Amino acid sequence: MATETLTTLPWYATPKVSRAMRRVGRYPLVPLALLTFLLVIPALFAPQVAPYDPLKGSLSKRLKPPAWQQGGTIEHPLGTDKLGRDMLSRIIHGARVSLMVSLVAIFVGGIVGTGLGLISGYFGGWVDALLMRLVDISLSLPTILLALVLVAAVGPSFGTVITILMIFLWARYARLVRGETLSIKERDFIARARVAGASHIRIMARYIFPNVVNSLVVLATLQVGYVILLESTLSFLGAGLPRPMPAWGLMIADGRELIVTAWWVSMFPGLAIMLTVLSLNLLGDWLRDHLDPKLRHV
Amino acid sequence: MQRYIARRALQSLMAIWVMTLVVFSLARISGNPLDVMLPLEAGPEEYERVSKHWGLDQPLHTQYFIFLSKAVRGDFGDSWKWHGESAMGLVAQRLPATLQLAGFALAISLVIALPIGVLAAVMKGNGWDTAAKIIALLGQSLPPFWLGIMLMWIFAVHLGWFPTSGRGGIQYMILPAITLGWFQVAVLMRLLRSSMLDVLDSEFVKLTRIKGLAEWKVVWKHCLRNAAITPLTVFAIIAGGLMTGAVVTESVFSWPGTGQLVVDAVRARDFQVVQAVVIVFAGIFILTNLVVDILYAYLDPRIRYQ
Repeated sequence: MATETLTTLPWYATPKVSRAMRRVGRYPLVPLALLTFLLVIPALFAPQVAPYDPLKGSLSKRLKPPAWQQGGTIEHPLGTDKLGRDMLSRIIHGARVSLMVSLVAIFVGGIVGTGLGLISGYFGGWVDALLMRLVDISLSLPTILLALVLVAAVGPSFGTVITILMIFLWARYARLVRGETLSIKERDFIARARVAGASHIRIMARYIFPNVVNSLVVLATLQVGYVILLESTLSFLGAGLPRPMPAWGLMIADGRELIVTAWWVSMFPGLAIMLTVLSLNLLGDWLRDHLDPKLRHV
Repeated sequence: MQRYIARRALQSLMAIWVMTLVVFSLARISGNPLDVMLPLEAGPEEYERVSKHWGLDQPLHTQYFIFLSKAVRGDFGDSWKWHGESAMGLVAQRLPATLQLAGFALAISLVIALPIGVLAAVMKGNGWDTAAKIIALLGQSLPPFWLGIMLMWIFAVHLGWFPTSGRGGIQYMILPAITLGWFQVAVLMRLLRSSMLDVLDSEFVKLTRIKGLAEWKVVWKHCLRNAAITPLTVFAIIAGGLMTGAVVTESVFSWPGTGQLVVDAVRARDFQVVQAVVIVFAGIFILTNLVVDILYAYLDPRIRYQ
């Protein structure tokens, strides 16, 4: 009986193949592939990969449609914008801009948040109470509205965007790290370290922090997508990155008036944003499920 | 119950006060707010005059006190861009349009999220559930302004079913409302689904089935009533999301509401108007929070004793 079933199975269902496929299925292939092509490679190698300079355009070539449409050329596969700049190159450079902004914001916001969270959880008392009130206030502030206020005062710039994003981000890290610190600091090895004479800072850095890193990574991944969305929304409104930087949000804003005649100016950057954020979300979910299911509420 | 209401009301007042503090300091963060308020050509006499007029030569806490006392009376100064109009006046003019759009968007998202959320819970693992998951995922990843532009392109430009911009009858509202409500659909649906799943498992449901009630009555009449409480708690977050989303949506569809007002004001560096809009929005948000919390305490007595 058993041999009969084995010989009639198709090749992809044989035990050897299905075992291999299961091993591969452990990794979130689709999101990783999408991300690599949409975000990582363009971001790292933009000057080499992009066919044209994203900032220079020739007015004679303005508003050319994508290659598969009438009037389009293969030289500009995704068309050109109203200043004659190549869309494909701008989107590639846009990946670099978006990634840079998100990484800087998450990094700085993460460091501030983690540091404050560690201090808050470890020392407790009034420091903890004060910091947590700050966290609550931060989380209840309407980000976009505050961004608008800041830009109205100072004007849009790279620094303004990073500041806004940081104000929005640090609180989540602080809250997460504080929670984990509270539970970790009760454990035996911490007490032993204290007895052995370790200073507070050493304990926080050497003993508590490494145990918190897992959750931090998950949180950061889940946030990159959201930060990219936030930054592009701000840029779209004119409260984010300044022109002529090749930011996806700015490109969509430029293309809005042209939607009737030149739909590609808005469509492709938006598609890029959507696919990037989607794969980042999927990746983040996968990471969360595999690294730390406790974080389901995050 | 009264003590709970009093406590929450006090918290809300504190929150609004913090907002005014934040907005006030952001204005002065660039150093001299006069650089923001006055046009570039203004000479030193202008600076002197406006400085005295706004009391900017006074120490900071005096300034804040003056600002606060004026704000409490609804006086946010005059707009710089739209000469002759007061900032608060402009906000009051545009607010009904925004509220109308937000209300409609909320209605649409409820109409979509409710059936799908309930069906996704009832037929767990089935077609509706997968559809719900996909919608939730897309809702989080799609940039709302892009969605708006794409909807405009497909339905208004290509198919010509709806107009592209402006305010008017119901056909002007549909595309913006869908754009605005899109994200909320994902949130509402997920929540409804998980709370329905909880309720469907509970004891009293088994009793209703034993009683012999038709299945649809069990699900839609009895379970839904209980499951609906949880989404109510995030209603405040949804309201907040709607308001900030309105800023984007109104820009895309040129809907003449407060959202568009604030974007134009930012572009023109008209700080008075931006200040007014932000504080009004924050006030509405905090007020909604308060109302929802009180409602929730009314529905679920356990909350009052926290």
